[in-house]
Amino acid sequence: MIDTPVRARYQRRPWEETESVPPLLEVRNLRTEFRTGAGLVRAVDGISYAVDAGETVAVVGESGSGKSVGALSILRLIPSPPGRIAGGEVIFNGRDLMRLSDAEMREVRGGEIGMVFQEPMTSLNPVLSIGRQITETIEQHRGVDREAAAARALELLGLVGIADPQRRLKQYPHQLSGGMRQRVMIAIALACEPKLIIADEPTTALDVTIQAQILELMQSLTHRLGVALIVITHNLGIVARYAHRVNVMYAGRIVESGSAAAIYHAPRHPYTMALLKSVPRPDRPRQARLDPIEGSPPDLTRLGKGCAFRPRCRFAIERCASETPPLEPVGETGQSAACFRSHDVALTADRAA
Amino acid sequence: MSIAAPEAAPLVEVRGLKMHFPITEGVVVSRKIGEVKAVDGVDLTIRRGETLGLVGESGCGKTTMGRCILRLEKPTEGAIFYDGTDIASLGRKSLVALRRRIQVIFQDPYSSLNPRQKVGSILSEPMKVHGIEPDAARRDQRVRELLSLCGLDPNFADRYPHEMSGGQRQRVGIARALAVDPEFIVCDEAVSALDVSIQAQIINLLEDLREKFKLTYLFIAHDLSVVRHLCQRIAVMYLGHVVEMAECDELFDNPLHPYTRALLAAVPVPDPTIEALRTIQPLSGEVPSPINPPPGCVFHPRCPIAVADCQRTAPALRELRPGHWVACSQVG
Repeated sequence: MIDTPVRARYQRRPWEETESVPPLLEVRNLRTEFRTGAGLVRAVDGISYAVDAGETVAVVGESGSGKSVGALSILRLIPSPPGRIAGGEVIFNGRDLMRLSDAEMREVRGGEIGMVFQEPMTSLNPVLSIGRQITETIEQHRGVDREAAAARALELLGLVGIADPQRRLKQYPHQLSGGMRQRVMIAIALACEPKLIIADEPTTALDVTIQAQILELMQSLTHRLGVALIVITHNLGIVARYAHRVNVMYAGRIVESGSAAAIYHAPRHPYTMALLKSVPRPDRPRQARLDPIEGSPPDLTRLGKGCAFRPRCRFAIERCASETPPLEPVGETGQSAACFRSHDVALTADRAA
Repeated sequence: MSIAAPEAAPLVEVRGLKMHFPITEGVVVSRKIGEVKAVDGVDLTIRRGETLGLVGESGCGKTTMGRCILRLEKPTEGAIFYDGTDIASLGRKSLVALRRRIQVIFQDPYSSLNPRQKVGSILSEPMKVHGIEPDAARRDQRVRELLSLCGLDPNFADRYPHEMSGGQRQRVGIARALAVDPEFIVCDEAVSALDVSIQAQIINLLEDLREKFKLTYLFIAHDLSVVRHLCQRIAVMYLGHVVEMAECDELFDNPLHPYTRALLAAVPVPDPTIEALRTIQPLSGEVPSPINPPPGCVFHPRCPIAVADCQRTAPALRELRPGHWVACSQVG
């Protein structure tokens, strides 16, 4: 069905070939729920995926798909109540994060796993200087003295491309622009030489030219330092440029997972295919009307049996209403999809390509 | 400046528009200590029946431009001709009549609808203000028509905004703009807050309505892919100035101003094969403050092709190709 040059595009990356090395992070059947006035919301409903050392994995989905909650659950940052991690394992570097004590977990956060959030103004402390916020992390995790921490902070600001770092260290978050604050967040995330950084919509609040600066910086730093990156975004352009692997989420589940090339050029889930078709492209003259996904995402409190995408799906059959399709490997492109009709989707998608 | 095609007289013509906001100090006796030059000398035409895209990054003045054309702000200087009349200096009474012809759709469907008003009342209010359909039963009928026109169930008239999703609320915002039968609509980031799958629905709706009612849009947005899909012509703004203006495909395929080039290059394309082959050279630095804009060309501190003269002389818009206007002394 797929000729050789096409198949070459989907070839696994070098680090995926060494089967014996376990992944850096393995999420197994993770479930997170929230008790709300309207009922129980299964925000993350059994997701499993792996991240290899040095790899960039993107998690895409629309609001309410569970992409942020899934990432926060890895760090055990779910406010409880109303939230609760209802089950699953998160194996990071050989340990199950779900079984660690709170003190051990604090060591992991900001230490082995760095974090970058969407809104740098609210994730930085407004009354502490930039320098103090960086050195605090270093002292906490490394047990070094103030002087050594300060030297490291200076080095980090230089690393993330902040000019005149000596002066910036003494400044407060409100004195910095949005792009600059996000660079500081990246410096803090990198402070303790983490193996993994989780970035939740890191550039959504920024302008395009600043977004390009920040993302190019993150890409070059993670490559150079060998840090794995989980980037959560709704922007399909960012995913295409920066991700090695992609997880597409819908209503709390991963509906498709695979290499960026496979996901974009040969989608196997109707949602992925429809999503890609519904976005206007900046690089092509307009051809016709957009082809939107009709309807709206489901209300998670009223999710019944079967596939959550069924009411909006062109491929839906009777079976989709009674059974939930599992995420299974499909075809020769090395990806997995949670759809009973992924073979028919494949025929349609490949014909369109 | 006349770049409109001869057959279509411009609906809106903006000349030398400046909007400076004063910065004041002192509580009892306030005095001006400076000003924010949000819009600093803009010429622009909008042709009847077209969608003009106004793009740029935050703080470039695109929203202020829209607010001036809506006359929500009284411009500091310059003229705005709407269908031949200068509206920059119109008084209160004449403005009411004008606002029946010009409407607006805002970005945030959550904050632009009154949470205590039912959808039916939100849609009938503009009709009451402008004396359209004075009969209550006819007005309700029109509310139901407007709702179904915008792809909503007519029974939504009895709902409150919080009972609806973001996409549905944006449809109500569109229906409200249509209630008074306008000819010109300013869409200020009208699809930016919506999820991708909903965004496409609303874009299609806006296009259908434009064709059906022969509307003219000013589409203010920062998302260049949406703009490329929706607009016939595009004006790019930077720090209160229009730096480039051209037909849509011409601008995307052949950008001339260094800022436009950087802006277009910064947008990643949803195709990993294309992206793998492309290097991005991000623009260095950040947008300077509009309180104290750089002298000469406002873009010169970040410009990769700036020469010494750019610090002194502000370039005017020049027509380098038919219909393609650029404010840069170094291209062409």
